[in-house]
Amino acid sequence: MAASAIELRGVNKWYDTFHVLKDIDLTVASGEKVVICGPSGSGKSTVVRCINKLEPHDTGIIRVFGQEITNDPRSYSAMQGDLGMVFQQFNLFPHLSVLENLTLGPTKALGLNRKEAEERARRYLERVRIPDQADKRPSQLSGGQQQRVAIARALCMEPKVLLFDEPTSALDPEMIAEVLDVMITLAQDGMTMVVVTHEMGFARKVADKMVFMDGGEIVEQGPPDHFFTTPKSERCKTFLSQILQH
Amino acid sequence: MRISSFLALASLAVLAGCGSSATWGWYVIDPTTAAGWTNIKFLISGMGDTILISVIAAVISIVLGLLVALPGLSEKRGWRIVNRVYVELIRAIPLLPMLFWVFYGLPIIFRSMGLNVPIDPFWGAIITLALSDSAFTAEIYRAGIQSIAKGQREAAQTVGLSYAQTMRYVILPQAIRRILPPLANQFIYIVKMSAFASVIGMQELTRRANELVVTEYRPLEIYTLLILEYLILVLLISAGVRWLERRMGSDERS
Ligand SMILES: Nc1ncnc2c1ncn2[C@@H]1O[C@H](COP(=O)(O)OP(=O)(O)OP(=O)(O)O)[C@@H](O)[C@H]1O
Ligand SMILES: [Mg+2]
Repeated sequence: MAASAIELRGVNKWYDTFHVLKDIDLTVASGEKVVICGPSGSGKSTVVRCINKLEPHDTGIIRVFGQEITNDPRSYSAMQGDLGMVFQQFNLFPHLSVLENLTLGPTKALGLNRKEAEERARRYLERVRIPDQADKRPSQLSGGQQQRVAIARALCMEPKVLLFDEPTSALDPEMIAEVLDVMITLAQDGMTMVVVTHEMGFARKVADKMVFMDGGEIVEQGPPDHFFTTPKSERCKTFLSQILQH
Repeated sequence: MRISSFLALASLAVLAGCGSSATWGWYVIDPTTAAGWTNIKFLISGMGDTILISVIAAVISIVLGLLVALPGLSEKRGWRIVNRVYVELIRAIPLLPMLFWVFYGLPIIFRSMGLNVPIDPFWGAIITLALSDSAFTAEIYRAGIQSIAKGQREAAQTVGLSYAQTMRYVILPQAIRRILPPLANQFIYIVKMSAFASVIGMQELTRRANELVVTEYRPLEIYTLLILEYLILVLLISAGVRWLERRMGSDERS
């Protein structure tokens, strides 16, 4: 079998004395969709941010396509093209047009020329269903549109894995569906995805594996049918009953 | 600014009104007489050096300040300490002793290292002004860059930008709006502080005024014109900055 896309083995992390990640073991196969959920403060964001090195981890091993990622910048500059990231707060570049947001990475980091980068950008804008907003500033778009631009920006780097950290929790309810629809399309096209979200409808539809975190630990992980119908731990049951009430 | 310049000119007019009394001697700078006109031309001839010194010092300070600010933003404690030491030290040294140190001290130090680096008054003044000002510009950059949300840097990193590219294309273009107004204030500071260059013999505005005072014995009138000269420079800078800000503001809206 080919090396897994992402592999975490015994990963620990501390903020000073606060043990934020405890012995995290997680494998994401190529093409797999993993959904991470859990109460606030359980360490979901931190897991994702350690994978793409927005945060250093302290002990354990993180591999991306078989290559170990240490806290040495040289080790992760190589994998950076493999991982795309979508943030809760979009983090679009407000001083650039939508098109420039999308072409910045490809021109500066991948060395594409302007024309190639713009063609690619327009292709992905089409994919996230906002082909006609290319020349606007992010602030002129709705939240849902902004998040779709952010997804397109990540796609423009043609990553092998997309990481999402609560991509819909900063959105007004009526805009959540348009973002989830785009994500479902990506999933159907075979993209490998790691998604932190509380959207359980989305999880049921696309997840190959559910991960439940609490207190810095992975309490439970497994296929979604088991996870939703017969969760093993009490903590997971409680969490699910709370979240599914809404 | 327009009101303040009006007030300044009005108070000058009042002073001029007192000129009929015996204590004033505005004749030294009376443009209608040949002697007065010659004096005025002599005083204004320092303008070129004042502007040149100030502009070059400001340019160096703007680059140097950024270089000093960056380690101050590092995650690594060691780098931040380098920044703190530089800023605290440079900021604490008064301009005049620093000027003496640069002009008289540096050549001695260079010579003891076997180097012959002469420092003329022109570059001595520029180095001192740039050095002194860089501690302040560094703090301005640091505050401006820190005001840009961390998410911007992270987003840039996830689309593969290097540190330098992130600064160049993402952080600085956004920070510049907050950095520019205080940088302009610092430029005004440099223009005024460039008067110290007179001490080591630069023929700039203040030096010219001092020289004329020595021959004419009319310090009050001559220094009044000196104030007016600096006022004009400062007002020009203010106007330039407002023009720049307006241009960038309209950029933002489009
Ligand atoms: N930079 C930091 N310094 C100290 N503590 C931090 C830092 N970042 C996060 N934490 C703490 O680590 C814990 C895990 O944070 P994390 O953001 O990973 O949680 P999360 O599961 O994503 O929560 P949420 O659902 O609220 O986003 C929290 O208790 C948080 O307060
Ligand atoms: Mg989070």
